[in-house]
Amino acid sequence: MDTLTVLEVRDGKVRRPCLEALSEARRLAQKSGGQASALLVGDAVRAHAPEAAKHGAATVYVAEDPRFRLYAPEGYARAVVEAQKKSGAGAVFFAATAQGRDLSATVGAMLGVGVATECTGVSIEGGRVLARRPVYAGKVTATVRFRKAPAVLSLRANVFAADESPAAGAVVDAKPEVEDAALRTRVREVAATAQGKVELTEASIIVSGGRGLKGPENFVLRDNLAAVLGAAVGASRAVVDNGWRPHSEQVGQTGKTVSPNLYIAIGISGAIQHLAGMRTSKVIVAVNKDPDAPIFKVADYGIVGDVFEVVPALTEEFKRVLTH
Amino acid sequence: MNFVVCCKRVPETIARIKIAADGRSIDWQGVQPIISPYDELALECALRLKEKGGGQVVALSVDPDGQETLLRNKALPLGADKAVLVKGGPNFDGYAVARIIAETLKTVPFDVCFFGKQAIDDDGGCVAAMVAEMLGLPRVNTCVGLEIDGRTAKCRRQIEGGEELIDAPLPCIIGVQKGINGVHEARFPGIKGIMAAKSKPFEVRPAPAVEATMEVVKMELPPDRPPGRIVGQGKDAVKELVRILREEAKVL
Repeated sequence: MDTLTVLEVRDGKVRRPCLEALSEARRLAQKSGGQASALLVGDAVRAHAPEAAKHGAATVYVAEDPRFRLYAPEGYARAVVEAQKKSGAGAVFFAATAQGRDLSATVGAMLGVGVATECTGVSIEGGRVLARRPVYAGKVTATVRFRKAPAVLSLRANVFAADESPAAGAVVDAKPEVEDAALRTRVREVAATAQGKVELTEASIIVSGGRGLKGPENFVLRDNLAAVLGAAVGASRAVVDNGWRPHSEQVGQTGKTVSPNLYIAIGISGAIQHLAGMRTSKVIVAVNKDPDAPIFKVADYGIVGDVFEVVPALTEEFKRVLTH
Repeated sequence: MNFVVCCKRVPETIARIKIAADGRSIDWQGVQPIISPYDELALECALRLKEKGGGQVVALSVDPDGQETLLRNKALPLGADKAVLVKGGPNFDGYAVARIIAETLKTVPFDVCFFGKQAIDDDGGCVAAMVAEMLGLPRVNTCVGLEIDGRTAKCRRQIEGGEELIDAPLPCIIGVQKGINGVHEARFPGIKGIMAAKSKPFEVRPAPAVEATMEVVKMELPPDRPPGRIVGQGKDAVKELVRILREEAKVL
């Protein structure tokens, strides 16, 4: 099956979750005797074609339009549909980023097919695409099958390996015809709120804090530990509901679902909606004073103790070993 | 200003989910249904806009089992002026659901139609954008700020590490993220609201027939994590934990 992967360029780079998606789409194409292609859409994005080729795109479709400098959902979606038609791809892949999730839905509506969001596994059986995806915030894994082609999927970050497998990467123009009136949703500008911070859903290490930190002023303990590890910071729903931390840091059912290599939970008891959002992390570490806290049931390694004593010691020890 | 809020029935967040005997759905036995939390925040957001600028709020629900309890006992008492229940339709097929909603909205006038940014059962989050595309309307998903300025919705959309500032001419579709316009929690229905709800219009219609595009083949509980171990007590355990993470788990 031929595949098409939509790449997102931000800060002068193809975003890593998109390279993960392209790599998986290429593996799937290879397994099923097809070819992988990629789409670059934006204002001046052609220069990233070699990057797509390096990750296995035999063809790189390019849709450049000065009106695409910022995300223009209706315009971008038409570019994807154009590239899908040109490539004949049986499956269109996105990374499950803010843009990928929004764009994939629009593309699904245009192609007349549902979208499998945040997939953690993809396969082909009898010419139909099957996707595994966590639902109920990860309390359940569902396998869904597309009854129609092409399939439209967004892949969860940090799940699939982004590896290199050089291909031809022939550049093909795929600029869609779009009237101004069709560009209904106008992004005026992008305001950075957290420049330089590691995005929670893409981070390989996360340090999360909960009510055990006793007050917003003590989250500096979490932040210091995160800084030493180059980690993103998260929080439990309880502390977000208390107004101690913003919702953008919330991990769990009404927050973000994450699967980093290392998840460190400090002062988090482990309510079911929190566990649902982080249980697919590769290694989980918990620090909590209550030995019966549910977090210890999912943690690989735990320390029972006072977070105010353990966390600073942990920060110092990481600092010591990581700078050697 | 006319607002529509799409409300989906989902299991409450603290529910322990069990798989039903068919292996393709969940067992609702003993599970409390709620309006999906982001939809409830959308309702709160719409009610506040109505209180500020006047208008009407319609709560719309597409329910495969045709259950009306949440519209009657929650959405109307909270302050929605009218409820529309569309009976039927699939779950876990965002395209088919979007078709049903888009069809329904053709006869329910609105300036802003709200959705939660995703329902917390299928976690799909694609219906709002699909409905917008089907109706040819602008949309802003994961919206954290919304101000109506004449016939334009001035919006802030959350993206990784920032926000997109978007102008959407009305009518438009909004997918609500927690914290929109400072809304972190929905209100509780009061006695007055509960009494008033009884006399509010409640419309029931069958779902239009739409083509299914996806099907659930299987649902399963994720495997239990292997039992972990307590490395030790207090700060004396820190050295050993760091050693394990580096040498055994090899995550650093």
